[in-house]
Amino acid sequence: MQRKSRLVLIAAILGFIFLYAPMVSLVIFSFNKSKLVTVWGGFSTKWYGELFQNAQILNAAGLSLRIAVISASLALVIGTIAAFVLVRFGRFRGRNLLTGMITSPLVMPDVIIGLSLLLMFVAMQNLIGWPNRGMTTIIIAHATFGAAYVAVVVQSRLRDMDLSVEEAAADLGAGAVRVFFDITLPIISPALISGWLLSFTLSMDDLVITSFVSGPGSSTLPMVIFSKVRLGVSPDINALATIIILIVSVGVIGAALAMRKKDMPHG
Amino acid sequence: MSQQENGPVMRPWLDPDAVPFIRIRNITKKFGAFTAVNNVTLDIYHNELFCLLGGSGCGKSTLLRMLSGFEQPTDGSIEIDGQDMAGMSPCDRPTNMMFQSYALFPHMSVEKNIAYGLKRDRLPRGEIADRVAEILKLVQLEEYGTRKPAQLSGGQRQRVALARSLVKKPKVLLLDEPLGALDKKLREETQFELVNIQETLGVTFIVVTHDQEEAMSISTRIGVMDQGKIIQVGEPREIYEFPQSRFVADFIGSVNMFEGQVIKDTQSKVVIHCPDAQMDIEVSHGVSCASAQKVAFAIRPEKIQMSRTKPKKALNLTRGVVQEIAYLGNLSIYHVVLDSGKAVRVTRPNLERADEHAVTWEDRVYLYWDGTAGVVLNT
Amino acid sequence: MSMQAHIAEPGRAGKWVRTVSGWFAGRGRTLVIAIPMLWLLLFFLVPFLVVGKISLSEAAIARPPYLPIWNFEDGILTLSLNLGNFQFLAEDSLYFNAYVQSLQIAFFSTILALLIGYPMAYVIARAPARLRNLLLMLVILPFWTSFLLRIYAWIGILKTNGVINNILLSLGIIHEPLVMMQTNFAVYVGIVYTYLPFMILPLYSTLVKLDESLFEAAADLGARPLTIFLSVTLPLSVPGIIAGSMLVFIPVVGEFVTPELLGGPDTLMIGRQLWTEFFANRDWPVASAVAIVMLIVLVLPVMLLQRTQPDEAGG
Ligand SMILES: Nc1ncnc2c1ncn2[C@@H]1O[C@H](COP(=O)(O)OP(=O)(O)OP(=O)(O)O)[C@@H](O)[C@H]1O
Ligand SMILES: [Mg+2]
Repeated sequence: MQRKSRLVLIAAILGFIFLYAPMVSLVIFSFNKSKLVTVWGGFSTKWYGELFQNAQILNAAGLSLRIAVISASLALVIGTIAAFVLVRFGRFRGRNLLTGMITSPLVMPDVIIGLSLLLMFVAMQNLIGWPNRGMTTIIIAHATFGAAYVAVVVQSRLRDMDLSVEEAAADLGAGAVRVFFDITLPIISPALISGWLLSFTLSMDDLVITSFVSGPGSSTLPMVIFSKVRLGVSPDINALATIIILIVSVGVIGAALAMRKKDMPHG
Repeated sequence: MSQQENGPVMRPWLDPDAVPFIRIRNITKKFGAFTAVNNVTLDIYHNELFCLLGGSGCGKSTLLRMLSGFEQPTDGSIEIDGQDMAGMSPCDRPTNMMFQSYALFPHMSVEKNIAYGLKRDRLPRGEIADRVAEILKLVQLEEYGTRKPAQLSGGQRQRVALARSLVKKPKVLLLDEPLGALDKKLREETQFELVNIQETLGVTFIVVTHDQEEAMSISTRIGVMDQGKIIQVGEPREIYEFPQSRFVADFIGSVNMFEGQVIKDTQSKVVIHCPDAQMDIEVSHGVSCASAQKVAFAIRPEKIQMSRTKPKKALNLTRGVVQEIAYLGNLSIYHVVLDSGKAVRVTRPNLERADEHAVTWEDRVYLYWDGTAGVVLNT
Repeated sequence: MSMQAHIAEPGRAGKWVRTVSGWFAGRGRTLVIAIPMLWLLLFFLVPFLVVGKISLSEAAIARPPYLPIWNFEDGILTLSLNLGNFQFLAEDSLYFNAYVQSLQIAFFSTILALLIGYPMAYVIARAPARLRNLLLMLVILPFWTSFLLRIYAWIGILKTNGVINNILLSLGIIHEPLVMMQTNFAVYVGIVYTYLPFMILPLYSTLVKLDESLFEAAADLGARPLTIFLSVTLPLSVPGIIAGSMLVFIPVVGEFVTPELLGGPDTLMIGRQLWTEFFANRDWPVASAVAIVMLIVLVLPVMLLQRTQPDEAGG
């Protein structure tokens, strides 16, 4: 019995090493002096300096950030409404259609979503002269798949929610709208936050769909990275990766600590 | 100790030469610095239905889990039927456990659940089927063999769990709050079923419960636990009528406790000075304690007599005013406040449907009892 | 479902339900439903119809690079449906191979991710509560970092003068660098690596819900650890296995980035083929036909399969 559980433990540890070794190597070689990324040539931070002078990357990062913030916010609104409608509205016509449409982006290959959206945008452009391919179309595309993730997260939170809390508020004299803003929204707010963060990250990260729907002059960060990476490894990408890993780690650990603090009073 | 209904044959614990079936010796379990079970020594005999009774968190489950092998004792030894259990894994022990949560396998039918343990013993198929059918009949679930646990009621699930742990005919069956999830009525019915099954199969049962009524009604003996220790072991009547400590007296049933001081201690009687009771209580059995020691006199509510007129002859007599009456159907509870301010609980059976002479609110009453009605506790 | 819960509660709470449905009745209600409904119709469902339409038209050197399928001239509507694109796909073995290889790679990656992910999910689920959150965070953390950069990391590790070869060479285990980049091996590594968290999380959430007492009951009835695993743990983790496999299998079938960056020219995957058709060949109708076939052959069956699974939340 002992031996077997140790075997499982070893397998799990190897799994974690598999997850982290590549990221560790990314970080280590970002401080490599040599241009040959994987041959150690001494410690240096010069690639960070180079990174911050690379206007193309900086512009792309700025564009990506703007797109991610706007599309995640849009996704939050659409996804939350969809979740609320599906959980609380009981039966209505088109319920199955809405359920299908809101969950499908989760399982649809990116290339199909990207292609179909692009063709749609082209058709619309021909018909009504809107939208122009660029930031707008990218935001629409990102908001659409982001909404699917938000809807899933919010739906499960709404389902788990204790309805009697809302009823108690109603019982104390709050109207339906008041109840929604005073009770429902605060209770589901953790789900809203994680839904927003999820769609923000997915937007920052998306390459395939964005490549289809973007237009000339609107290259997002993943598109720039992709075109650089296709030509081979380059140390400033390692520096960029290290910065991203650092930001994400700080964010995730910070969130974990914040949550722990919140749990503290309850024991 | 007092009762003579059945002889020592049925009550091996009275026989100093009887060999215990389960021998628990100085067993201790620590979780880090916390001691969950503290130096417990206990003998349980063959065919007993032994109840472990105690408040939440006192270590009952932990003791049971050490018997079944899920927890390793920090110290001490366990012997079942002459066999030392140390280091033996749960799957090899001659015990089976009925879990508090039933732990039925949700993906298996009732039959499969019950057959699970038999299959592990690699019994032939025919025999497995026979024994499953037999036990299903015993727990009255013949028609439910193909259902999944989720399709059963709480009571039915409980019986499946019982059947599953019984079907292997273990030497010892351990039941952790077996009836905890049932409502009162179902619970009472099942208690009798449990006793019947135990008597039919002749398996030794150890039942954990924190319901004292349940413990009283089903067990051959009760072990009362508090903070990891066994405080008293005895037959239900013994535990109720002769508690050895304040904790046991208070935990089992309700009790009136008078604090006092021993002022006279002879072979045949003790006199305790109790300002609370406004008298010197006389108890007609000796206690082994120093003179002038602080003790408590404990008396059950139903052992106190009550009347509006002064009784002609009463060994212990005091007075009070009826403050509160709770009518419970078969009996009524009276809260009588003595002149000292001490509240006393008295119960009287409601023998007549409409008793015009019954004691009522604000009545001034006499409370009295004889020398054998209560016990003196010095711990 | 929520309605029932409301109705079961008598008294003023019941009144509130009526208020809510009153507020959301009629126009207000329709309006609220319409927001997500219209958005998704316009940007999710209709685009598929457009893809279907274009897959039936002929490619042309124009803007956009295809011919309309209907013509309205002199009051006569001519509809020219062109099945040539599909015929092209059927005839060119390249596409057939790409479909087959996509399925194959997706299938084996799913199995590999399951084999690696299961012990991890198991250990996390059985870890003490304090440690559990930390381990879970460690699984989720890579997911928040860039997908592209995690694939990129493997280039540095697998390439001819990459980390693995350098280590092996310096230890004297090998004398010639191993060729790992631009092989299917690299594609498997990259895919399993990036999709591992998607396998672990649903497995974890199934495993963590299993009551410890179930295992104890099995042990108590005489089962040994391996039997317990096969007869209790594994059957009860089937929902997690299915969910995790779906989350890996479906997107991997359409995967583009990994085969593009880590695979060789003979790593034919259908997502990559579609990309090439669209960006390199600028043949929108064929790209659309590839997408339609992919949808019908690969995605729809899996979605239908998912439908037949008992809906956990719907109870
Ligand atoms: N695995 C464990 N780790 C740490 N402490 C534990 C563990 N198991 C039990 N305890 C502690 O040991 C004490 C006894 O627990 P146990 O489960 O035996 O109580 P119990 O008498 O069965 O209570 P209940 O009637 O509530 O079931 C409790 O204070 C509990 O917190
Ligand atoms: Mg317990």
